[in-house]
Amino acid sequence: MASYLIRRILTLIPLFFGITLISFVVVHLAPGSPIDVLADLNPKMTAEAKQRLISYYGLDKPLHERYFQWLRRFVSLDFGVSFSPDRRPVIEKIRETLPITIIINALSLLLILLVAIPIGAYSASHPYSTFDKSLTLFVYVGFAIPTFWLALLALILFSVQLEWLPISGLKSLDYARLSLPGRMWDVTSHLILPVLLSAFGGLAGLSRYMRGSMLEVMRQEYITAARSKGLSEREVVYKHALRNALLPVVTVLGLSVPGLIGGSVIFEQIFAIPGMGRLFYSGVMSRDYPLVMGVLAIGAFLTLLGNLLADISYALVDPRIRRGGRG
Amino acid sequence: MRFFLALSAALTLSLSGCGDGRRAETKRTQPQAASQQPTHGDTVVEGSIGDATTLIPMLASDSASHSISGLIFNGLVKYDKDVRLTGDLAESWEVGQGGLQITFKLRRGVKWQDGSPFTARDVLFGFQTITDPKTPTAYAEDFRQVKKAEAIDDYTFRVTYEKPFAPALTSWGNLVVLPKHLLEGKDIAKSELGRNPVGTGPYRFREWISRDRVILEANPDYFEGRPYLDRYVIRVIPDLATMFLELKAGGLDLMGLTPIQYKRQTDDRFFQESYRKYRYLANAYTYLGYNLLEPKFRDKRVRQALSYAIDKEEIIKVVLLGLGVPATGPYKPGLWFYNPDVKKYPFDPAKAIALLKEAGWEDRDGDGILDKDGMPFEFTVVTNEGNPVRQRTAVVIQERLKKIGIRMKIRVIEWSAFINEFIDKKDFEATILGWTTGFEPDPYDIWHSSKTGKKELNFISFKNGEVDELLEKGRRTFDQEKRKEIYFRLQEILAEEQPYTFLYVPEALPIVHSRVYGIEPSPLGISYNFYRWYVPQGLQRYDRLALAP
Repeated sequence: MASYLIRRILTLIPLFFGITLISFVVVHLAPGSPIDVLADLNPKMTAEAKQRLISYYGLDKPLHERYFQWLRRFVSLDFGVSFSPDRRPVIEKIRETLPITIIINALSLLLILLVAIPIGAYSASHPYSTFDKSLTLFVYVGFAIPTFWLALLALILFSVQLEWLPISGLKSLDYARLSLPGRMWDVTSHLILPVLLSAFGGLAGLSRYMRGSMLEVMRQEYITAARSKGLSEREVVYKHALRNALLPVVTVLGLSVPGLIGGSVIFEQIFAIPGMGRLFYSGVMSRDYPLVMGVLAIGAFLTLLGNLLADISYALVDPRIRRGGRG
Repeated sequence: MRFFLALSAALTLSLSGCGDGRRAETKRTQPQAASQQPTHGDTVVEGSIGDATTLIPMLASDSASHSISGLIFNGLVKYDKDVRLTGDLAESWEVGQGGLQITFKLRRGVKWQDGSPFTARDVLFGFQTITDPKTPTAYAEDFRQVKKAEAIDDYTFRVTYEKPFAPALTSWGNLVVLPKHLLEGKDIAKSELGRNPVGTGPYRFREWISRDRVILEANPDYFEGRPYLDRYVIRVIPDLATMFLELKAGGLDLMGLTPIQYKRQTDDRFFQESYRKYRYLANAYTYLGYNLLEPKFRDKRVRQALSYAIDKEEIIKVVLLGLGVPATGPYKPGLWFYNPDVKKYPFDPAKAIALLKEAGWEDRDGDGILDKDGMPFEFTVVTNEGNPVRQRTAVVIQERLKKIGIRMKIRVIEWSAFINEFIDKKDFEATILGWTTGFEPDPYDIWHSSKTGKKELNFISFKNGEVDELLEKGRRTFDQEKRKEIYFRLQEILAEEQPYTFLYVPEALPIVHSRVYGIEPSPLGISYNFYRWYVPQGLQRYDRLALAP
């Protein structure tokens, strides 16, 4: 198991740097530059002033030199300073926003798991029943509806008409005056709609995977064996079949990390949540290279970590993989 | 002057706040508050699609940063209600030596918000900082015209120019005054001041939660008297639909509406009771610009014909829902340098066809498309992605031109690629774009023939000897009457030549909670006198405590 782990981690390192190299090149190849927002079609901007800004941001150096400069800093965990006029360290901006994004994504992932696994398992044990069909319809509706539209409808209903939930942001204006339980409810109430809605969109994928994987397992001989032992159908399905059917789902979970980070952009935009998705989006729009690279590096790291964890848990639950690693 | 990306951008509270107050909504005027004495207290919460980037004015380039820092910092001069320059931190000024020298007499007794006295040394320091090549600012150009700047004594500041420069006086607004005692010897771009500003203005900084909100509070020692509203909060809500719902739920007191929100979504009883809407001409215009290096656009008659063929009123009705006026030149109506009597191009397709025929364009092969020397009249208009108003304008124009036999194609391109690959390289036939304008008429960089190089702003390559002369004279002339003559003539030439078809001037459409009093719309917009706004005692909504962090 240890050697399997080490091998996995060793292959991840070059992969990570490969990702940063490709990201760096692609980000810099896109038209535009960080000085555009100051300089584009601005009559007060002379060619000389533009040149000064270009060298101020170090954009006059060749691309490979800039990459190695970035890399040298990065290995000592220095993400550089943002190109935005506030000139704050990138790491500080990420530290401000990452926890919010992770919390929302973790909550919605948890919710997806809690709902999708039972839905998938039930659908597979009663395939083509009316209930299976209506669940399928439900999750596909969730998948198909544009989430930004559904989010606005939910806001109109729950926040404007019923006035149950706040509309945007993370904390109310009078947050500081609230008692501790009041503050907790304040933040929770701000999170309810974003978490519910992002989970709704993600249900379809996972529940369908679960259903497929479960159906596959139900055809296996050991299920027949379990049944012939005289175990109740309930025990067969939820004890023997479910555990095995969860294996592929674990992998899919690990792979869903980048999708979740990408989806955060939209939710943070609609609900005005100060998270990393919005930070990234505005960084891309203003060509804030150090910030974009910082977020991409963190995103790549999290994705690889997700994969690694998926592999490890897979190895833990499936002895064949561990042994294969040894042999 | 800068491009405007979206009509619905946040309102600006800065010196360049915009508008033509005479068009302010009069349908429901504010109830006369004879018994309502201005009182202190309450908070106004504004919605903004973007967060501020830095609160040092000379480093910022976005409207959120400028509108917040505009409440914290002062300039030497500002515009009054009637768009006349008046003293801000300067009590008075004298222009001497034929316009080469300006001497500012500064107010005495003004204090920075940390208690230090404000003196001429702060102005000199700000000037040195903005002209320092190491300062990443987009606003240095006006100050580079200065040959010598000196603090004669604590309350006298003098600048001497190389050549007479008429826009000089207006440049001494709030970009340039900085607290020397807090910045000396530091790198301004990385200084604390950008996140924790100290100014001389009506509001002082309280708290900034990145990407969420900025909170300012009244400066009790403000030299024009303590502002009435205790606090000003700007909330960052990047999605316009969400922002509108937040307004509907009462979470915002002030935001800029889109034409459709203004016309169709804010007329029910709730909005009539809780909010007041304002409308005034924005400091901007949208145009269809012709690349004059293209042979078919070199002929003035062709450009005039296109202007006759386009129905500006229709564009305003369809695209802006009537919330705008036709543009006749590069200035918005109502300002002293706007010439109302230039040649106009009312919708007249027959005249357009006649002019085109004169220029040799006729449908000879009967395919419905005009042609000349065997070439059909076709061209492509480029415009930028992310601006639906411009894209819809293009579609309306396309339809009109089709009717007189011109095939126009539309290409919408992402902003950076649009500027770098098409506009900067002059690789386009025609473009739909907008300029934002101000209260200073000098458009030298857009029309002078010396500005037709790559990456310069006369990208349509307009060259006209008389225009060059007028532009040069205009920026060297101080007398307002003479300047008026110069720019009136400029507008006549542009109207005759039609290097652009000037399309429309859109309106800014702010909405404000009805408990707020003291708003006096002017050509500057509504926010120029924010520090005089108040909420009468019984109507106050947020108490001081409620917001204490």
